[in-house]
Amino acid sequence: MGQAADIETAAGEPPPEDAPVIRVTDLVKRFDGRAVLDGVNLAVRPGETMVVMGGSGCGKSTLLRHLIGSMWPDEGRVELFGRDLASLSDEQLDALRKRFGILFQSGALFNSMTVGQNVALPLTEHTDLDADTIDIIVRIKLELVGLREAMDLMPAEISGGMKKRAGLARAIALDPEILFYDEPSAGLDPVTSAEIDQLIMDLSGKLGVTSVVVTHEMDSAFRIADRMAMLDKGRMLKIAPREAFETIRIGPATGDHTTDLIRQFLRGDPEGPITARRLSGDYAEDILGAAGDWK
Amino acid sequence: MPPADRSRNPIRALGAAALAGFRYAGGMSLLLCQTLRWTTLGLFSRRARFSGRALAEQVVRVGLRSVSIVVVVQLFIGVILALQMTPPLEPWGQVDKVANIIGVAGFRMLGPIITAIVLSGFAGASIAAELGTMVVAEEIEALEATALDPVRFLVVPRVLATFGVTILLAALADLMIALGGYLTSILIGAVPVGYWRRMQEQLEYRDFVTGLIQAGVFGLLISVIACYEGLRVRGGAEGVGRATTMTVVYSIVAIIAAACVFTMIFYVYEL
Repeated sequence: MGQAADIETAAGEPPPEDAPVIRVTDLVKRFDGRAVLDGVNLAVRPGETMVVMGGSGCGKSTLLRHLIGSMWPDEGRVELFGRDLASLSDEQLDALRKRFGILFQSGALFNSMTVGQNVALPLTEHTDLDADTIDIIVRIKLELVGLREAMDLMPAEISGGMKKRAGLARAIALDPEILFYDEPSAGLDPVTSAEIDQLIMDLSGKLGVTSVVVTHEMDSAFRIADRMAMLDKGRMLKIAPREAFETIRIGPATGDHTTDLIRQFLRGDPEGPITARRLSGDYAEDILGAAGDWK
Repeated sequence: MPPADRSRNPIRALGAAALAGFRYAGGMSLLLCQTLRWTTLGLFSRRARFSGRALAEQVVRVGLRSVSIVVVVQLFIGVILALQMTPPLEPWGQVDKVANIIGVAGFRMLGPIITAIVLSGFAGASIAAELGTMVVAEEIEALEATALDPVRFLVVPRVLATFGVTILLAALADLMIALGGYLTSILIGAVPVGYWRRMQEQLEYRDFVTGLIQAGVFGLLISVIACYEGLRVRGGAEGVGRATTMTVVYSIVAIIAAACVFTMIFYVYEL
């Protein structure tokens, strides 16, 4: 099967001198016996922007939670900076957490603190810097995301786009080496979304940060990605440079199931292998099997 | 297998309920241990210190806002006690013993327990709702991702504040019950003179102290249940609503059960 072969090449081992900062090996995660991640492999090289895409419920958010150490694999391993997350003590994991930042889908600002206090929190808690220095750093970080004037506002007083930018400022407070983004453009208007994309590219360009972006917004994905990974039903279909996905997107249907599935997703076509799968399935069996459950 | 089968098997249902019960008790105990650990660490290590500002905020929110309610409720309790106890004492010519009874009932049990029940609705529900909302808004995950322990950062100030405030409010409650009883006794002419003297004669230091010890334990129970329920919220606004309800229900059950255990211990050791 072409699918199996694709998964083989999908692991996409980078050359040894370019040792990956993130390496996921044969990751399996089950919820109630159902595999949400089913043997996922991924390697992210230093400085690159890796976009993980996939439909709703494909497991991309679950994958992200494994990368940041808030979920643990049932099988396989997740390594950051060459260290297996599962082997770390709480203290070691916390030390590692200071080396990466996360932009959550909602921004996840602490609502009881001002924007400035939110950005300052990692600094006051994890460094010995004095208040004046922290104040300067907070201003610099907020300036980087274009929010210096919002420093004294409460999260409830700013818009969704501003919340994400403030969340980003907090994520970069400790100058992380890796930045994770969970659906950075979800729920934003096209212009704000493009601004966030620009910020992601700036941060990776100016600061040399390694970025992992989980998204299903294709315009945004193609804007920011160096390499892209396509996740479908818990399996990694393809990991390749952006150009390869670009070729699939603009090219004609190939007849190869996996490629056509990726193509449908990238183009957002209403018809194709994804829809066909939904329609066929075990519909009749589902319906008959379910009968009786409601008695 | 259709889910209906599972729920209809009584042994399985019982087993599942027992497992859930153990998991709940285990989770709560773990949270309590972590809270004690972070509190101790916070006292001795600068790295693990908890913020005085956060603690003060919680004291204001749990304590100051509950004062008026506690005062009103406990005055009512004093009135009720006086009115309920006077008629049965009358035939025995013991009406002036109302002061003694109010003293014992109020200081030993009703002051602490009614205060705790008021606080479970007031502070417990609001703590659970607040933490639950933070879970839904990914704020807890954000804290963990920033290498900040939610127990140290959120649970410790809430538990310490509720613990201290419940004790202080219970002391206030004792006085209010006594006052309610006093005013009523004067009004209905039950104990025209010597109410306070009788109460003083009756009450011993230990009546006051055992009451406050219980209040402290009630405060711990309320806050740990509220934090546990809040932090384990799943599934959006509905989950937050469920957590608040369960906090109040479990808190009240836990408070009364603890009061029962305390009373047995005090009875056996004649405290």
